[in-house]
Amino acid sequence: MQKRYSWKEFQKEIADDHYFYVRSCIRQNFFPGSEQAFLNIMRGDLGKDVFEDARHTSCTGIGYHSDIVPLETIMTVVARQFALMTEAGYENLTSSCITSFGIYTEILETWREFPETLERTRESLYKATGRTFEIPKNVSHNSDVIFHNREQIAAQAKLKLVNALTGEPLRVVEHIGCHYAKIFPSKGIGGSEFPYVLAGMVESWGGEVVDYPERRHCCGFGFRNYLVQSNRGYSVANSRKKFESMAPYKPDFIVCNCPGCTMFLDKWQYTLAEMEGSTYGPDGRGIPVLTYEEMAGLVLGYDPWALGMQMHQVDVEPLLDKMGVDYDPSSKYLGKKGKFIGAPEVATVNCSAVDKFYRIKR
Amino acid sequence: MIDFGFGVNTARAINMDTNDLDTAREIFDRLPDLQACMACGSCTATCTAGAITSFNFRKVHTLVRRGEYGEAYAEMSKCMLCGKCRLVCPRGINTRGVVLLIKKKLGDY
Repeated sequence: MQKRYSWKEFQKEIADDHYFYVRSCIRQNFFPGSEQAFLNIMRGDLGKDVFEDARHTSCTGIGYHSDIVPLETIMTVVARQFALMTEAGYENLTSSCITSFGIYTEILETWREFPETLERTRESLYKATGRTFEIPKNVSHNSDVIFHNREQIAAQAKLKLVNALTGEPLRVVEHIGCHYAKIFPSKGIGGSEFPYVLAGMVESWGGEVVDYPERRHCCGFGFRNYLVQSNRGYSVANSRKKFESMAPYKPDFIVCNCPGCTMFLDKWQYTLAEMEGSTYGPDGRGIPVLTYEEMAGLVLGYDPWALGMQMHQVDVEPLLDKMGVDYDPSSKYLGKKGKFIGAPEVATVNCSAVDKFYRIKR
Repeated sequence: MIDFGFGVNTARAINMDTNDLDTAREIFDRLPDLQACMACGSCTATCTAGAITSFNFRKVHTLVRRGEYGEAYAEMSKCMLCGKCRLVCPRGINTRGVVLLIKKKLGDY
């Protein structure tokens, strides 16, 4: 009982409405539909006010964690994002990226503990851009916001996270990402030991969370562990540790809230299959990896190809079929205007015979 | 199989549940004074072989305790059986006897 409910000790305040939205710099490439899905869900389905300023930049977190960007520089870049928010009249910041969320949290804590660094940053920003800024009243990650509205999404749900054929709840592995709650456990729902932000969504939408031994282990991204090719063996070893731990529980899919984790848990499955022939899903295939926006989008009845799910390394069709999603398999690689966007080579972790079964249009 | 230019690093964690500890138990049963080792490292500090090779008696002892025999046996062949370690051991452990016993017991590994 302690394990199941102890997440409630770690709660955080999440703003109800009027968010200033900052994007991730890598997510647009890996899972391009997710950020748009978040905006569509927030504005269209939940009727919330989300403002985005096209002038906002990368938080430079990847450079910071790779020892390229100094602390003073990243503080000034973050201060500029806050300045854009202040100019737009918003007070609640919501970030698409876990690394950015960790950076914002870390910098706000640094400014609180060492006020002289805040003054220095104000001075640097003013000298460089002539801008001033206010400290945000509330900083949340997009998954916090979706978690906050999970019951409203459940009320509007067109599909549940259940197997359409058997009526059994889908078995879901959730992975929250180290920078969400491991830096400041009090800033994450459930803290770092009993993360509940994704588990809460899964439970509200009818699924069952798999609590496997390596649930809290890092995906292996680790910035410099991936950025240098000779270090990638360390990165992929971490992902393999997780896959080996979760595979016996036969999860239907993995859901992540960090751009890096989503990418690595998806793409390292391909690498491991091609490198050493190991696969962790049923029938020698991979385990589909979803972002929480994609999961919310499927529950709300969005078209999987509009959510960008054709960009996944591990094919998602087995999951869509299991959930009973109404979709057109043949238009998987057709873009918005019906133009062929290209298709990947057939790989071990994919459905392999997908062309044969679904007659993919080119 | 595709060569990505990197492999999968092997974990350095030791799984005591899967390692075979029977041989280690047999060694401790034959030479129970080994249980008195407090890992002070005097044996390693005085080791002649350790001065010219990577041989480290304390490390080998730890490997055997953990059931990591493969590396231990290869290391043991570096010992010259001079017995200086036995002279300095504060617990009076028959270290040379340990070396011979480990070589005998781990011959298969």
